[in-house]
Amino acid sequence: MSNAPSFQRMILTLHDYWSARGCLILQPYDMRVGAGTFHTATTLRALGPQPWNAAFVQPCRRPTDGRYGENPNRLQHYYQYQVILKPSPADLQELYLGSLAAIGIDFTKHDIRFVEDDWESPTLGAWGLGWEVWCDGMEVTQFTYFQQMGGFDCKPVAGELTYGLERLAMYIQDVDSVYDLAFNDAGMSYGDVFLENERQMSKWNFEVADTDALFDLFKKATAECENCLAAKLPIPAYEQAIEASHIFNLLQARGVISVAERQAYMGRVRDLAKGSCAAYIEKMTPEWEANYPGWSI
Amino acid sequence: MTDFLLELRCEEIPARMQAKARADLERLFAAELEKSGLKAGGYTTYATPRRLALIAHGLPEKTQAVEHETKGPRVGAPDQAIQGFLKKYQLNADQLEVRDGVYFARRMAAGRPVWRILQEAIPALIRAFPWPKSMRWGDASRSSESMRWVRPLHGIVALLGDQVVDCEIAGIKSGSATLGHRFHHPGEITIGSADDYVEKLRMAHVIVDQDERRNTIALGAKMAGQGAGLTLVEDHGLLEENAGLTEWPMPLLGRFDEAFLDVPPEVIQLTARVNQKYFVCEADDKLANAFICVANIDAEDGGDKIVAGNEKVLAARLSDARFFYETDLKTRLEDLLPRLEKIVFHEKLGTLADKVDRVAKLARWLVEEGIVGTGAPAQAGAQSGNTSALNPGLLPAQEHDRAKLADMAERAARLAKADLVTGMVGEFPELQGLMGGYYAAAQGEPPEVAEAIRDHYKPVGQGDDVPTAPVTVAVSLADKLDTIAAFYFIGERPTGSKDPFALRRASLGIIAVVLANEIRMPMAEAVRVASSPLLIQLVTTVGAAYQIAKHQAEYLINTAEGLAKGGEQASLSAELFKQFKKGESRIDEADLLEETANRMSSGALWRDVLDFFADRLKVQQREAGVRHDLIDAVFALGGEDDLVRLLARVHALQAFVTTEDGANLLAGYKRAANILKKEGWEAAPDRAPADAGAQGGEALANENSATAHPEAQKALSYTPEPAEAALIDALDAAEPHAASAIAREDFESAMAALASLRAPIDAFFDTVTVNDPVPEKRTARLALLARMRAAVHNVADFSRIEG
Repeated sequence: MSNAPSFQRMILTLHDYWSARGCLILQPYDMRVGAGTFHTATTLRALGPQPWNAAFVQPCRRPTDGRYGENPNRLQHYYQYQVILKPSPADLQELYLGSLAAIGIDFTKHDIRFVEDDWESPTLGAWGLGWEVWCDGMEVTQFTYFQQMGGFDCKPVAGELTYGLERLAMYIQDVDSVYDLAFNDAGMSYGDVFLENERQMSKWNFEVADTDALFDLFKKATAECENCLAAKLPIPAYEQAIEASHIFNLLQARGVISVAERQAYMGRVRDLAKGSCAAYIEKMTPEWEANYPGWSI
Repeated sequence: MTDFLLELRCEEIPARMQAKARADLERLFAAELEKSGLKAGGYTTYATPRRLALIAHGLPEKTQAVEHETKGPRVGAPDQAIQGFLKKYQLNADQLEVRDGVYFARRMAAGRPVWRILQEAIPALIRAFPWPKSMRWGDASRSSESMRWVRPLHGIVALLGDQVVDCEIAGIKSGSATLGHRFHHPGEITIGSADDYVEKLRMAHVIVDQDERRNTIALGAKMAGQGAGLTLVEDHGLLEENAGLTEWPMPLLGRFDEAFLDVPPEVIQLTARVNQKYFVCEADDKLANAFICVANIDAEDGGDKIVAGNEKVLAARLSDARFFYETDLKTRLEDLLPRLEKIVFHEKLGTLADKVDRVAKLARWLVEEGIVGTGAPAQAGAQSGNTSALNPGLLPAQEHDRAKLADMAERAARLAKADLVTGMVGEFPELQGLMGGYYAAAQGEPPEVAEAIRDHYKPVGQGDDVPTAPVTVAVSLADKLDTIAAFYFIGERPTGSKDPFALRRASLGIIAVVLANEIRMPMAEAVRVASSPLLIQLVTTVGAAYQIAKHQAEYLINTAEGLAKGGEQASLSAELFKQFKKGESRIDEADLLEETANRMSSGALWRDVLDFFADRLKVQQREAGVRHDLIDAVFALGGEDDLVRLLARVHALQAFVTTEDGANLLAGYKRAANILKKEGWEAAPDRAPADAGAQGGEALANENSATAHPEAQKALSYTPEPAEAALIDALDAAEPHAASAIAREDFESAMAALASLRAPIDAFFDTVTVNDPVPEKRTARLALLARMRAAVHNVADFSRIEG
């Protein structure tokens, strides 16, 4: 596409767009997470009755997706753009399409489709109904109406939009490799910024990371999570749960978790994350009920 | 008479749900009308991704006046009750009707205008709509009880004639406005009535009729292919799905790099279909490097950008697939086997590696026993069900062939599950078997082995190909037999609608393979052989756990003193206690073993499995018109577990009982059986042969009343009456005929032999008194009847035959 926005311009455009529509523009969560949904602005804020509208970029880490910088589509570190609107507005689809138009997608020449794709995160005890949004056959966004989080009904329901920024940019800029993306308009490419990072991090994720230390970290994070839960501090507990989740992902990348153990580890992380959400609800419910008469969990 | 239009507009409805939603809409709407005694002249329903619509044709303006009748107190009930009833319905005593001593109140309810009924019906059916998955949304979702729909509901068009039927649900008011195509026609459009609905939408770039969209896609895709000299590979499911994803479908042809054609065509087709919902094309009966995607807009540039975008996506998908394929090819299948040791098949049945080992042994056994093979062994099972390791009549060359075949069957079975841990099957589980076949061929396995790996899951349903190549047949049978034996072994059997391990499908698969190839397999023996390694496996695991636990216990006792010191010793003990507990959990498995051993010693295990097969066979044969009671009648003899022979017998029986001779013999048999029953001559060994094991026809043919009542064979102490003598003669003649016919599996002749009994038995009942005052006569005649019953039982247990 001619005059296609650079990677950073696209992000700024989305920020402007959602800011103008009443969203808080937040910064990324400062922990290693596998998806934007882990940001407390999504998980924890999806709970409870209070309205919440926010947009942010979240760096995501998926150690097993690393390809040493050699695959044009796969990265162990990439960005999601996440919008959360609670309660879900009636014109959410139109708002979303407006954001695509803002970053340069022309609906008279491109085929946009909403294809069934229900979302579920057993780790967070969460599920929702929605679609993957296709642009000319490519999935560019996950669009979900959260129904449950942490095992509790979302009351009200939040709408969540998760844009895959690199994919979207590759599409808009019409490049075949993520490393060829124009990061800015002054000649810096995505590869200039991240290629070396991908090479080194892939090597570490797959080959070098000290697995004994990781097992130890996993143990410590889970213990600390329980410690926080005992102290009725659900937010720090939740942080430890996502820490444990990432350590688990690293152990997976190192290939030291057997099929049989895998379920047990996932169950452990799930219990902690759900426990944190439950504790958060328990802690906040009196305040929510006081501020929103008639509301109950 | 007026037509009514209802349109429920919402965000994109999943394609797979649309057909059922249309049916549900019609059903629920008709049910709502029915409540008021209304019936439409007919219905038309439509679904697109964004709307569900119904037109009810020919509705009256009002409902008929209806008479309601209410039951009141009995005549003579206390006056208070009668007065109360009158007051409630505002009637006088003389207006009540009396029937069967009870008062009835009858009142006329005036007809109601249809629009009123619709007003109530619309919200009611929306609330009751049975979406497979539904959701809450928006501000109303502060409550868990807020309205649910498949995706947020946005608009209701409700027009009776040209009048809006006013109603409201969850803040959505009905009206006459709707939306056209999301991009071609973003504004509102107004519908006049049911008559202009379809055309108004067409003007707004929406083809509301799903069948029309499907035809448009089918035709457009075909033409797009033809335009490039290609043939479309038709795919009905894909057609349906694309019609459910579009309101204005535009099929477009795209290309991919020819180099991808090195990847197996099934992989390309699946990638295109499952991930992207594309059709594929062929040229000269081979997959071409082209695909057809279906866009939802008529793009300004003719679709160039859309095609370019889709080509890029498919290229990325195919390079992933090629990566998996090429990576998989680098590892030999046998090198993947250790990974199967880590995959649990079932917690009580060990790993997939255990299963593979059992299947490999069973596949070899099937060939070595001559059950599956190159033709020669067909009679092996029939001769006496013997299990000699080698057929004595085999020539050395045949023996060599058999050994080679057994090796190939075992080899194929050992490799058959390896593809489950390949990258490609991890990505596309439906390619299991198929990929294994490709990888086996690529690593130089014999074609028979590769084919067996590819097809050993077959047949997976009715209409699927049934394997015929011997190696494939051996592996296919062994895999399924193992599954059935294994789950019956641990007491997991299908119940009602629950069949979590797909045992019914496995048994139908076995039946299909056995019948298609006329395989003479003694089923009970096969199941027994299949179970034996399971038993060894389970006993070994449990036994080892106990041995370990014993050592641990000894150690714990010996070091108990040191425990108090804490530190290293205590931590080791703690760990041992934990493991000890694990060993204890094997107690459940010991319980299981105890139960299984009991079921084995009583033979219940084999009988259960055979009964299960009998049931499946009845289901499977129903379509072919075979009577289930006749299958029962043959199964009831027991011992008959060779499905091919069993069915031959059933077919002959079915032909026989529909003849006049057959029907009369059946009547005579039933009469004889009833007399015997009344006289307490129940001892005839109906199921005795079952205990004799899988002895087949010969053993059955030897069954004779003589064994049960030896006195019957003694010379008569009196002069028999003519009809009595005739029956004895007839039996003397028929019995050896029937027996020899059965031994050579000529069931028609066996039936013919039985048919010869029909006239004598009729004459016997007409002229001879069974219950003679002379005890010798009575006993001898009852014995004769028993002999007749036994003769009939040589063929089938006639008491199971209906009619």
